[in-house]
Amino acid sequence: MQLSFAPLRLCGKLLFSMTTGITKVTTHISPNEQLIFERSQTGRIGYRLPALDVDEVPLEIPAEFRRDDDLEGMPEVSEVDVIRHFVRMSTWNYSIDLGMYPLGSCTMKYNSRLNERVARIAGFANLHPLTEEHDAQGALQVIYELQQHLADITGLPGISLQPAAGAHGEMTGIMIIRAFLDARDGAAASHRRTMLIPDSAHGTNPASAHLSGFSVKTIKSTAEGLTDLDHLRELCAHGEVAGLMLTNPNTLGLFERNIKQICEIVHEAGGLVYMDGANMNALVGIARPGDMGVDVIHLNLHKTFSTPHGGGGPGSGPCCCTKELEPFLPLPRIVKSGEQFRLDYDQPRSIGRVKAFFGNYGMMLRALSYSLTHGNDGLREATEAAVLNARYVAAGLIDDYDKPFAGAPMHEVVFTDKRQSRKGVHTLDIAKRLIDYGFHPMTIYFPLIVQGAMLIEPTESVGRQELDQFIAAMKSIATEAVEDPELVLNAPHDTRIGRLDEASAARKPVLRWKPSTD
Amino acid sequence: MLEAIGLRSAEDLFDSIPRELRLQRPLNTPAALSEIELLDKFEQMAARNPAARRISFMGGGAYSHYIPTIVDHILSRSEFFTAYTPYQPEISQGTLQTIFEFQTLVCQLTGMEVANASMYDGSTALAEAVLMAERVTKRSKAIASTAAHPQYLEVVRTYVQHAGIHLELVPFDERTGQSWKSLAETVDNETAALVVQSPNFFGCVEDVAALADAAHAKGALLVVVITEAMSLGLLKSPGACGADIVVAEGQSFGVPLSFGGPYVGLFATREKYARQIPGRLVGEAYDKKGRRGFVLTLATREQHIRREKATSNICTNEGLIALAATVYLETMGRRGVQEAAHQCAQKAAYAARAIAGVKGYSLPFSGPCFNEFVVRGPSKATDLLSRLGEDKGIDGGIALSRFMPDRQNDFLVCVTETNSREQIDALVAGLAELGRG
Repeated sequence: MQLSFAPLRLCGKLLFSMTTGITKVTTHISPNEQLIFERSQTGRIGYRLPALDVDEVPLEIPAEFRRDDDLEGMPEVSEVDVIRHFVRMSTWNYSIDLGMYPLGSCTMKYNSRLNERVARIAGFANLHPLTEEHDAQGALQVIYELQQHLADITGLPGISLQPAAGAHGEMTGIMIIRAFLDARDGAAASHRRTMLIPDSAHGTNPASAHLSGFSVKTIKSTAEGLTDLDHLRELCAHGEVAGLMLTNPNTLGLFERNIKQICEIVHEAGGLVYMDGANMNALVGIARPGDMGVDVIHLNLHKTFSTPHGGGGPGSGPCCCTKELEPFLPLPRIVKSGEQFRLDYDQPRSIGRVKAFFGNYGMMLRALSYSLTHGNDGLREATEAAVLNARYVAAGLIDDYDKPFAGAPMHEVVFTDKRQSRKGVHTLDIAKRLIDYGFHPMTIYFPLIVQGAMLIEPTESVGRQELDQFIAAMKSIATEAVEDPELVLNAPHDTRIGRLDEASAARKPVLRWKPSTD
Repeated sequence: MLEAIGLRSAEDLFDSIPRELRLQRPLNTPAALSEIELLDKFEQMAARNPAARRISFMGGGAYSHYIPTIVDHILSRSEFFTAYTPYQPEISQGTLQTIFEFQTLVCQLTGMEVANASMYDGSTALAEAVLMAERVTKRSKAIASTAAHPQYLEVVRTYVQHAGIHLELVPFDERTGQSWKSLAETVDNETAALVVQSPNFFGCVEDVAALADAAHAKGALLVVVITEAMSLGLLKSPGACGADIVVAEGQSFGVPLSFGGPYVGLFATREKYARQIPGRLVGEAYDKKGRRGFVLTLATREQHIRREKATSNICTNEGLIALAATVYLETMGRRGVQEAAHQCAQKAAYAARAIAGVKGYSLPFSGPCFNEFVVRGPSKATDLLSRLGEDKGIDGGIALSRFMPDRQNDFLVCVTETNSREQIDALVAGLAELGRG
């Protein structure tokens, strides 16, 4: 190998120093691509529409209702300008296709190209959402079939695919709980307005509960990292508990083994149990929330079912619930009557609509494609591989990093910076140094209850070789933290930009480009 | 690997799950399909959506506009579509700079000072705008008109039902199809948000400036919602009219219909309200060497920091669709957006005039339109449109009776730059033929 590479390097040097004598005085523009507005040149265009083929007439829209700024400031660029602009910027991104993305609780798994192809089939992509149902039977069939799959996977038969993301599904689920309690208890339900949420929960949980008109009480975790049953009983003793929002496995990557008992305690107190499905990648094909006593759950199709994260979305956050809660799901329901699929608006107890049209339909196509290409066995195997990979990382790092909870992790594992912080190296520094090793950092400082948390979720989309490289990188950083802490504190070293001054950015926010005034 | 971690079988991985909770059977979902079988299955289902192949004049919140080829090309780059939320700025500058450009473009189009990184869609953006108006004004009434998109109003109702906000609906003017007069008359000292959609659900342009004055005279915020964002290429920006919050559905900017989603919600407001905005914001920042970069900022508004006191529960937004809109707007650019908007308005005017000239058809509303207008036909619109689809391969519009049962003969027609004169003439001829009975 060395032999074949060495002459190339030599060749390159010769080209520069002897053949042409070129000395590189500037770097290529790629790492310094400007904002498109700074590239704009008056009069440049990058599109062509057909000539207007109807006779132009004076419009009825009065002049004072029309734009008079000629959209000044909007870019004027050519097509190749746009292509280069985005391709250059794209090189500044890490992505799943480059490598492991071990973000705990985010489930960054491979996004199959086949799913993308399915979503682009013209018969779906060109279909208007207000098409009459008899002209959109295939599209409704996709929704219906995905509902069937999710019902079997969760053990919860009532499904709505309308919510657009996890937090949206949470809000939907909590509003369903509220509507159910109002229907069951009548006026007495107004005293039942407390939602219990563990201290390890995602921030969206309390925010969604608040949006649904609940106040939040926090449940403590035990030293083992599980829900504190005594504290739960105590909080349930006063009759105002509407429900519990629980992530399982929890955000420490631990399965709440008392889940059945937890559900019973909440049910006996007259409340319902909501499960945050962010961590379903640990359970698909293995265990079902419906069998544990959970009443309602949301799933993240953009996590568990591999629909792409797209730099922050779109997501899809289906809400799945028991038969008892089904009448409260958002409208319309997609149902099957005989061989026909139809929209059912006749659900007077529904919480209402949570989004225009049907939800993020393109994500449903991808998720159904994911489920069908994996098959029932494959779904289970993916779960096994995801948990195996996390366990492998847990075992690989145990000698170098503090693992605050002894329990065997499921699909993700939490470590801390306890040992490294003695040398002044903290979680943020370790995360940034990981970038130098070619990996995207893990989730950091979450869950909030673990000081200096590093939450690692490898997912099933990574093989042993890359896991070993990741473990080696983490071990090496642990050594560096002792031997050369400055190296870690100043990381990353080879990125386009260094650590940004986020405090100044927030103090005097610049949130848009403006033409310079000089 | 199992051996390496001291386990004997895959089953052992799940020891922490009590045995009685473990599924003792395979899932009932089908066995795995190959790529050939999978594509065949989806193609067969797609074939059962005949509407996707028709000439279409459907709008009502989702629009058929031209999408330059490069939009999907850029979108399909791994570096964008397989990236996560840009929490690590050093290796996410591509996404962050794109969002900064998106925020700028939204500001330019809406005439506002700040815009966020996107919301789920137009309908949820509107609901969030009403909630924000309540936070800003500390008042609890929202007023909207029945000329706003019915599904948007349903979403607002769901969102505000537990927030102590009362949503009051006022009727529109049956003659003009506009609602600004009744809205302006209804706003009072308890109003947090005066909500106007312009162009409204019937395609009619409202007097936004008059509403801004009316809202501000009573200390209320004017919330403008737009479902057809292409109208911003022609109509005066809501910001220039005095709006306080502008929300829109961005699907018109390079996003396929895709049976209703994923789309992208635009959310813009005044600088003084920046700390009340829901969702993610990207701002400019510098590193130690003085190099410019971009970073998620003002995060103390958000759920992962502020939990139940956050401005919204939103976390995942519509990043990739915001990228599509950004690529679209930069490709079409300053001239293209205006030309597309101009063509929409001209072609719609041509179509409206032609249909109004057909015996049995009329235009019930006199208000000025952008690219959608209501037609009153000679018979039940659902029957008429369904025959037009089956016999002529034309989706002629949306029957209003689906939303307003008393409007049996009315339907909403939308014309865009993608509809040729030939298609419009075919629509007119088809309506004429069916109108004769």
